[in-house]
Amino acid sequence: MAELAGTTPPITNPTAAQEERVISPWRDAWRSFRKNKLAMAGMFLVAFFILIAIIAPLIAPYSYDVQKMADKHLAPSAAHWFGTDEFGRDILTRIIYGARISIWVGCISVAGSVIVGSTLGVIAGYYGRFIDMIISRVFDIILAFPSILLAIAVVSVLGPSLRNALIAIALINVPIFGRLVRSKVLSVKQEEYISAAKAIGMKDSRILFQHVLPNSMAPIIVQGTLAIATAIIEAAALGFLGLGAQPPTPEWGKMLADSKDFILDAPWTVIFPGLAIMLTVLGFNLMGDGLRDALDPKMKN
Amino acid sequence: MLSYTIRRVGQLIPVLLGMVFIVFMMIRAIPGNPAQLILGQQASKQAIEELTKQLGLTEPWYTQFVEYMKGLFQGDLGMSLKTRNPISDELWPHLAATIELAFVAMIIAVIIGVNAGIISAWLQNSWFDYGVMLIALIGISMPIFWFGLMEQYFVSIQLDLLPTTGREDVRAPIEAITNLYLLDTLIQGNFSQFIEVVKHLILPGIALGTIPMAIIARMTRSSMLEVMKSDYIRTARAKGLKMPLVVYKHSLKNAMIPVVTVIGLQAGLLLGGAILTETIFGWPGIGTYIYDAISSRDYPVIQSGILVIATLFVFINLIVDLLYAAIDPRIKY
Amino acid sequence: MKKSLFALVAFILILSLGLAGCNSSKTSSDGNGKKGGDGGGVMIYGKGGDAVGLDPAHETDGESFIVTEQIFEPLLSYKKENTDVQPGLAKSWEISKDNLKYTLKLEEGIKFHDGTDFNAEAVVKNFERWMNGDAAKFPYYASMFGGYKKDKAHVIKEVKAVDKNTVQFTLKRPQAPFLKNLAMSPFAISSPAAIEKYGDKIGQNPVGTGPFKFKEWKRDATITVVKNDSYWKKGLPKLDGVTFKVIKDNSARMNALTKGEVDLIDNVNPSELDKIKSNNKLQVFERPSMNVAYLGFNTEKAPFNKKEVRQAINYLVNKDELIKNFYNGTAEAAATPLPSAIAGQNKDVKDYGYNETKAKELLKKAGLEKGFKMDLWAMPVSRPYMPDGKKIAEAIQANLKKVNIDANIVTFDWGVYLEKIRKGESPAFLIGWTGDNGDADNFLYSLLDKDTINSNNYSRYNSPAVHKLLIEAQSTADEAKREVLYKKAEKIIHEDAPWVPLVHAKPILGGTSKIKDFYPHPKGSQSFVEVSMTK
Repeated sequence: MAELAGTTPPITNPTAAQEERVISPWRDAWRSFRKNKLAMAGMFLVAFFILIAIIAPLIAPYSYDVQKMADKHLAPSAAHWFGTDEFGRDILTRIIYGARISIWVGCISVAGSVIVGSTLGVIAGYYGRFIDMIISRVFDIILAFPSILLAIAVVSVLGPSLRNALIAIALINVPIFGRLVRSKVLSVKQEEYISAAKAIGMKDSRILFQHVLPNSMAPIIVQGTLAIATAIIEAAALGFLGLGAQPPTPEWGKMLADSKDFILDAPWTVIFPGLAIMLTVLGFNLMGDGLRDALDPKMKN
Repeated sequence: MLSYTIRRVGQLIPVLLGMVFIVFMMIRAIPGNPAQLILGQQASKQAIEELTKQLGLTEPWYTQFVEYMKGLFQGDLGMSLKTRNPISDELWPHLAATIELAFVAMIIAVIIGVNAGIISAWLQNSWFDYGVMLIALIGISMPIFWFGLMEQYFVSIQLDLLPTTGREDVRAPIEAITNLYLLDTLIQGNFSQFIEVVKHLILPGIALGTIPMAIIARMTRSSMLEVMKSDYIRTARAKGLKMPLVVYKHSLKNAMIPVVTVIGLQAGLLLGGAILTETIFGWPGIGTYIYDAISSRDYPVIQSGILVIATLFVFINLIVDLLYAAIDPRIKY
Repeated sequence: MKKSLFALVAFILILSLGLAGCNSSKTSSDGNGKKGGDGGGVMIYGKGGDAVGLDPAHETDGESFIVTEQIFEPLLSYKKENTDVQPGLAKSWEISKDNLKYTLKLEEGIKFHDGTDFNAEAVVKNFERWMNGDAAKFPYYASMFGGYKKDKAHVIKEVKAVDKNTVQFTLKRPQAPFLKNLAMSPFAISSPAAIEKYGDKIGQNPVGTGPFKFKEWKRDATITVVKNDSYWKKGLPKLDGVTFKVIKDNSARMNALTKGEVDLIDNVNPSELDKIKSNNKLQVFERPSMNVAYLGFNTEKAPFNKKEVRQAINYLVNKDELIKNFYNGTAEAAATPLPSAIAGQNKDVKDYGYNETKAKELLKKAGLEKGFKMDLWAMPVSRPYMPDGKKIAEAIQANLKKVNIDANIVTFDWGVYLEKIRKGESPAFLIGWTGDNGDADNFLYSLLDKDTINSNNYSRYNSPAVHKLLIEAQSTADEAKREVLYKKAEKIIHEDAPWVPLVHAKPILGGTSKIKDFYPHPKGSQSFVEVSMTK
């Protein structure tokens, strides 16, 4: 699905990048990022959703789980900006709380994939032959599954819950980071300064932490931002199929699934959660794109 | 070239074997007994135990695995636990439905995506360009199941333009020959049925095609930009060739190389992404087939279904790789 | 090579442009109105799931039976609106004094769809096939007739053809609902010749005596049956055929009905009821209730081993609100496990009713006035008795919270769910039951007798008093006496409160106003033999 947005990893030319970024690569990147209007818009969207996620209890006009059957399916109005759902709960409130869940799932699952993926990638790239072959084949196998299918199977094994959905999403993204870091490691390994470092007896761990990982940071950040976007959609898809969050959790995908039967009578119950997903994901995608342009010198005009 | 092909196919075998193995292990780790699901709520305990034994589920997993692999090598995909039919009989109609849908989605994606990308590149930094790129990003950001619902709501229900679900007008049923209904209706020369089939394909096709469309548009645009900056295009323009000619004749050809790769990648993934689209549009495809099988613990169906999808995916990528190698003389093997 | 690639892309472009052209032209022609009257007599039935197979004796699910009902007929049938037995393939019957011998006279001159004769021999062959089978092949047979030939508990001693058109059943012991069982969907008679011919594939090639003949099955899409021109009841069926179309999603099925893509749909969301009623092109059909939805407690697990706690929760469930919100007013609140369609329902048993104060008192008595934490299991699937288990659980969850009971909603896949509650792993769970043959025994004994713990007595309710009453009722032939026994049992059950009986739902079907003479049967599926459609 949407992780395809990220399946064209930046083809960086490390030497050129190095020279250009020697002075202050991060500040340079920020300068170019700031000039990119779409990227800034994305960053504001992301910041906005993160903010409402954090201050949800302060701004939410109602409680997200107290039911008031008399207020079932009220159309959007001054009292309920986005209307109410089947249980008479305020949809705006549920969307605000839902931001917590979606952003949490997106970030944590990607953090998990980055950690596991990078570790495996480093091991594969650095230590070599046999281990490399095994790890790479496992990545190939995981990537050969349609990701949502694999996620469904994993959740079926573990049982449907938000936590298990998060694990499933983290798992299917592991190879993306694994491959990325592995290729970085392989290319860095060729560099003369690494050979030099080895020659003077520098420890493996030091080489890893001082040279290999910093070199992988930029692509990981870009890929990670885009992966959060995908993870949010996937979490919503699992919720939609009934395999993610359980009631009364106001997860956006679940809200959609619960209300899709009422699309005729109460379209607001379907439209708003979908818009919320779309805008959040759009934010991360715009930001990821901007980061790629800023951090990847090849795309720089 | 030949040796590369052989080597590349050789690499596939462990991947496919690994996939079957993983699926096999994983599915058996899922709690739940197919016998219970087959017999339903009214079933007695003894009946469930008896059926479990009959289905061979009391055997240790490795025995089951060996049996399954043996069958696979004889071209036998096993038997559905639920319907007791050979899976090979049930699989094709479902697969055909998905292939047809994915094909249409791909066509929509390629036509719109490539053209939008080209024009965007040509009018770089214009409002059109920004608009297309923003729409493309929105396309990527949209949950496919929500988009499908919205399509149904606005196009099918509010405007009453297109049918909501299914593959055909059941009042004028199609006689299946290949199960690819576009083809079947053409073979039978039944044009009104053909139109009916196309009508049923549009909404799910758009829903499924949106993401690849967006990705193709972005990819086309960026590779076009790169090509258009190259010397020979500049020369062509300097010679006074008209812009559309330059764009469509000279640049596109070269820009297509990375685009083809993306198209290949997408085509494979469409097969899997179809699950959500099929759920929304009641499409009797392989996604529906596998999803149902997961919820009824129909192990052989899940295994074979995933195996078939993944094999297709892997082979499409293989073909793309080979094509790529053939087109681009810079790549050596 | 580059050229050919370009050509390929160009080709795809052109092809797709061509297609796009078709689309637009066709879209516009659609506005001109519906296709002409071709196949006006074919009814399209939208259903929520595909049939599993079409050998009725082998199947257990309603999605299969709704199709087999059209192709096959059992020896006896039910009346239109209840489960009283009336003639079917057998035109009359006699029962011996000791209730052990049933002699059935068959209709003459009936032929199966494959042209072979229906006669006593065919009936015997069908029964022998079933009784020599096993749970994997004919699961329902054992549930209704006590087992298979090899089992001790098997009720039927012998089935024999007395003459060409007379069949005699000899039982080992009296079975009160025997005739009702014979009329059930799974015990419809198949052509013995076809069984021999198709072997394992009979489930895809059904041959019966029914009003419609099987034509085609596109899996997960459609099943087509066409009129049986030589049907034995003169002038029937009225329809030229029925096409079953699978539309899994409830709202999508409703949309298809509104748009006229289908003529009749089942499992209508109660929330759509008003929409059908307000549309003069549509009509509502209510299926009389033969089910019960309930919240069961595991009576062996704390705190639900205390009667007071169970009763307290009975006071905390607001059934009227549930009915109003999730059944759109189409269900009746349940006070006892038996729906009113079933003889034996005790009308004197009064529902607990919603009462927070009484609930608090009872909880205090049980020493739980501070509340407690519990898991509340919710069904993952939509069933006729409960369209959406998770939402009902969510509503109950909110009510329990008022007395500090923290309910955590848990769910599993359907198969796992059933297995786990059967094994008693759940403390409290939503579930329900649809009657098989319309007999009280099929509810009370199956669901609440101590014999059926580990089977369908998910509450693991063990009451010797109830057991005694139920066993007595099983071996009594006099219907009036049986009713008295069942009513006594219901009273005890009400007091012990192993469940919160929630509702008796009336499944709703929606159809176009063209449909005439359709009567949904309480058992959940019915033949369309008399249905017609006006043009």
